[in-house]
Amino acid sequence: MGAKPRALVLTGYGINCDRETRFAFELAGALAERVHVNDLIADKTRLEGYQILAFPGGFSFGDDIGSGKVLANKVQTHLGDQVAGFIDDEKLVIGICNGFQVLAKYGLVPRLDAPKIRQSITVTFNDSGRFEDRWVHVKNTSEKCVFTKGIGRLDLPVAHGEGKVVADEQTIRRLEDEGCAVLRYVDEKGEPAGGRFALNPNGSTNDIAGICDSTGRVFGLMPHPERYLYFTNHPHWTRMRDEIRRQGGRPPEAGAGREIFENAVAYFR
Amino acid sequence: MAVRIEVRFKEGVVDAAGEAVRTAVERDLGIDLASVRSVEVYTIDRELKASEVGRVAERLFTDPLTQEYVVGSFVDAQFDWAIEVGFLPGVTDNVGNTARNAVIDLLGVTFSDTEKVYVSRMFLLSGDVTEDDAAFVASHLSNPLIQRVGWKTRGDFLEDMGMGLALPRVILPPADRIDEVDLEVSDEELMVLSRRGVLEGTDEDGSELRRGPLALDLEQLHVIRDYFRGEGRNPTDVELESLAQTWSEHCKHTIFAAQLDEVDSLYKTCIKGATERVRQMKGKDDPCLSVFSDNAGVIRFNSKWSVCYKVETHNSPSALDPYGGAITGIVGVNRDPLGTGKGSHLVMNMYGFCFGDPDYDEPLPTRDPEGMTPILHPKVIFEGVRRGVEDGGNKSGIPTPLGFIVFDERYMGKPLVFVGTVGLMPAYIGGLRSYEKKARRGDLIVMAGGRVGKDGIHGATFSSEGLHAGSPMGAVQIGDPITQKKLGDAQLEARDRKLYSSVTDCGAGGISCSCGEMALESGGCEVNLDQVPVKYSGLAPYAVWISESQERMTYAVPPAKLDEFLELMRSRDVEATVVGRFTDSGRCVVKLAGRSAMDVDLTFLHEGLPRMHLSSSWTPPEGREPDFEVPADMGETFEQLMGRLNLCSREYVVRQYDHEVQGGSVIKPLTGVELDVHNDAAVIRPVLGSNEGLALACGILPWYGDIDTYGMAAACIDTAIRGVVAVGADPDEVALLDNFCWCSSDEPERLGQLKRAAQACYDYATAYGAPFISGKDSMFNDFKGYDADGEPLKISVPPTLLVSSIAKVHDVTSCIDVQAMKPGDSVYVIGVTRDELGGSEYLGMMTGRRASSPGPVGTLPAVNAQAFLEIYRGMHRAIRGGLIASAASCGRGGLGAALARTAMAGGLGIVGDLSQAGAFGVTRTDAVLFSESQGRFVVTVAPDRKDAFEIEMGAAVPLQLMGQISDGPNITLRGLEGGNVVDVAVARLKAAYKKTLDW
Repeated sequence: MGAKPRALVLTGYGINCDRETRFAFELAGALAERVHVNDLIADKTRLEGYQILAFPGGFSFGDDIGSGKVLANKVQTHLGDQVAGFIDDEKLVIGICNGFQVLAKYGLVPRLDAPKIRQSITVTFNDSGRFEDRWVHVKNTSEKCVFTKGIGRLDLPVAHGEGKVVADEQTIRRLEDEGCAVLRYVDEKGEPAGGRFALNPNGSTNDIAGICDSTGRVFGLMPHPERYLYFTNHPHWTRMRDEIRRQGGRPPEAGAGREIFENAVAYFR
Repeated sequence: MAVRIEVRFKEGVVDAAGEAVRTAVERDLGIDLASVRSVEVYTIDRELKASEVGRVAERLFTDPLTQEYVVGSFVDAQFDWAIEVGFLPGVTDNVGNTARNAVIDLLGVTFSDTEKVYVSRMFLLSGDVTEDDAAFVASHLSNPLIQRVGWKTRGDFLEDMGMGLALPRVILPPADRIDEVDLEVSDEELMVLSRRGVLEGTDEDGSELRRGPLALDLEQLHVIRDYFRGEGRNPTDVELESLAQTWSEHCKHTIFAAQLDEVDSLYKTCIKGATERVRQMKGKDDPCLSVFSDNAGVIRFNSKWSVCYKVETHNSPSALDPYGGAITGIVGVNRDPLGTGKGSHLVMNMYGFCFGDPDYDEPLPTRDPEGMTPILHPKVIFEGVRRGVEDGGNKSGIPTPLGFIVFDERYMGKPLVFVGTVGLMPAYIGGLRSYEKKARRGDLIVMAGGRVGKDGIHGATFSSEGLHAGSPMGAVQIGDPITQKKLGDAQLEARDRKLYSSVTDCGAGGISCSCGEMALESGGCEVNLDQVPVKYSGLAPYAVWISESQERMTYAVPPAKLDEFLELMRSRDVEATVVGRFTDSGRCVVKLAGRSAMDVDLTFLHEGLPRMHLSSSWTPPEGREPDFEVPADMGETFEQLMGRLNLCSREYVVRQYDHEVQGGSVIKPLTGVELDVHNDAAVIRPVLGSNEGLALACGILPWYGDIDTYGMAAACIDTAIRGVVAVGADPDEVALLDNFCWCSSDEPERLGQLKRAAQACYDYATAYGAPFISGKDSMFNDFKGYDADGEPLKISVPPTLLVSSIAKVHDVTSCIDVQAMKPGDSVYVIGVTRDELGGSEYLGMMTGRRASSPGPVGTLPAVNAQAFLEIYRGMHRAIRGGLIASAASCGRGGLGAALARTAMAGGLGIVGDLSQAGAFGVTRTDAVLFSESQGRFVVTVAPDRKDAFEIEMGAAVPLQLMGQISDGPNITLRGLEGGNVVDVAVARLKAAYKKTLDW
């Protein structure tokens, strides 16, 4: 077993899921730190010292102008070379919710024409026109992504107003063909949501909930795995516990969201 | 030269904002539009090269996949009317500020203080629409207090080449006057000064211009005059404004502090007195660490962590600008825990709204006799407030798992908007207790966060008065959650590096109150107003001192730590400025470029306020028991009841509030097989990695106050405690918060109601051993205006008390919720059902009028704390032992609503017998089902846990097995005389429950 990988969890400017994302990486066995984006820009900290870079959820810059857009611009303007180098070094990047919006607008996912970095998808307003906080079922439909290895189906919460993945047909086809469409919204049986509201909470094209880049090492997703670190996070946990108890079993402690972070840590071992 | 950039969605892309307007216009205004398209408009008020403009438009303002832009206007667009809505000068433009910073970042240019980016939004309407319709839509899309709106036909639009360039620059004449205010005048003139404010000058036709209310009474003005006689001079305007802020009802709670009849301060006697008594009783188990002395009450969570909680109201501003009022309220209450002790991390928000009828369809009352300024429609207020709390909470990354909405026509003039925040702090920081702080002589006064503008002038004195036509519009402001998030994050870093010795938030009264309060810690302060950063020039010295511009905190920074503190703030993009220093001179000194603006004795400032002497009266309501026939079809009545505004599902609101962020959610707002039935309380795990939790609930029952506010307050306390017990909290570790929202508190009858409510607070907090740890009151929730005929009209809210509970959950994995689990489980009623229909939802429905009107009144539910506490302890033991499958607190809608929630959530039926429901001496079946007797639960228990459950609950707890969970589709209940009186499909109940607010 190697040394613990180091995870840098970005903070600042309205990012707000940084604490629980740091905790998720710690639980999974990483050494995780919250680092302010300005400390990277001021060169007080350098990305080189880390193996995992996380863009957490939140409302960077208040979603003003367009979700993720201003932070994507800021990071690209000031840290573009470091980020590109980080990815070239075969390290891992994850963007969750607002972090996914950043990765998409930055052009880091799906990045089908690597090494070129160019925005080819966007994440835009939910069809409902509303912020939606609800749990969804997602299914792993790719072998490629490091973060979802061994994961089949997963229940996770979403909480966003802009989660609809949109791209031109060719890009959608390519990212599906090339194994970059990692997570899809499905129904309770694992069948495609088919755009049906609430199962697909935002009207995302082809039910896409998460996308990786062509290497499988950069991953963005709308649902929040860091909000399902405990069994008690699941909206049906009291019911599930009741079932387990009546069958004489003991309910688990962990929530399935941990697997995403454990996969990231396992990649370095 | 300024430049305008328009951005729209490409053809074929869903334009959610435009579509939302189209549907709202159709639904709320009855105007059918073929389509509405939205256009974002960025107006950059700075010289830029064409290439720079292009770069900004393309890289920053446009999403290349979904949007397109034009520099100038989209003259190719097809539409019939264009409407553009933007902000008035000086109103917080959050998107504009972000855009400005992003332009600076992208281009690497600088902007001067007066160079801004303004954001507005254009709506392009297509359809057969008259000019009147267009104007109506325009007025619906904008709020004249904060926004400008313009509309044009397509013809005019083309002729003008667009909407034109609007630059809402703030232009104020220079103002650095410090005026002497002559108090040696007649009492009549003093009262004019109080009501209309300090004389500013005269306008062109010679009439006086005044600054707006000081809201000081004559006795207070005399005390001030006498004090300055002692100083040998008149006060300056800065001093007078400052005293008015500090002594306002809003800040000093003059009514709760008054001598009321024989009671020496309701606050001291009933609220703080209750807490002192409870603390004595609890001895070493006393959870209180810092109560009533800081921005929020602090209690022990465990040996490593402390928790603080504060609930505030933001009523008057929300009546005028619902969105701005509510977002300012929630972001504002966030600063209370942030400014408590050395500061806490914010782990949870709660909300509570009291609105008028959203379906109100009569002419709206107006603020003026001519009918020119109608109040906002309850639905407009609802939607604006809901959205304000959404943006304030979601953008701050604080979960909002708890809330309530109450509807009553008497909230139409002035809505109530409660907002609360829980903070978490390490018990010790660097070996020192985190809840303690002390500014020391020599510490620098540092203001950090937002800048000071004209917004929020007279906020504190304004909320101490009723709303009327002259309510100052400067009181309206818009919170900026991101500026505050940056500030809060940076503060916690500074706290952990021990860079400051004290902190408080700038709330009501701005720095005048924050510096004034912190000065008490060191014994004095000296502030230089010219050092305070301002949004724009031209602010008068008094305005800088009392402005309530948001997102600011005040710190006491030791000189040795100053550089590090300022450097940290700078590196977090937070503006922080030294504005003075703390002294031990015993005086609050304010200067402007060397001139003295204020020099007042600190003791006088804080304790010179004369006590009010008030007297009250109380007339018990007259009434009789309900005398109508028990409905023949109870099923239909039941269904109707579940769809009532005050009982129905609030899923519409819940889903738009992030209640999962921070990863600690345990018991969520909604539960059940379809996740659509409300729970009684929220449970969070505030410290990830620990199984200890916090449960929070609310009690608010204004209808009970129509009969007796004593009974109302007792039931509010019981409801708040019962709610947290229902999910598994320890009834012996509950703390409470009180929020009184009263009306006409200068009338003896209203004061009599207040006194009775406060006395019940003492009686029941002590009986339950649940201390009040914090509270707030708002005493004049009255609207004074005119009806449709121009006749004077006063709408007063019903006396309203919110009791909020916060309780320890020892192990969150043992929590339960409301859903029935399995057919065959036993259904118990815990507690005793009495004929107590007074103030109930059922009686309200059956009589079609308020309990305060003549007609059936009924008996209010009584609270027997000793007996109920035994029940709650039994519940807690049984829940921790894993013996209960589900529990529902019997609250609004009584046993019936609790059974319905149990069944609806479980997706199962119930077969039961109302003669076995723990009702003794009740002869009416409807009373058994819908009486709101307190201290009760509906509990379900698995067959193999039944015996253990009954033993664990103990002999002292009244419990009755009333039925079973079934796999049938119905709730079937036998009546008191035998025979089924209810046989209704659970699906029908649920459809009614979900339909009412399914917007």
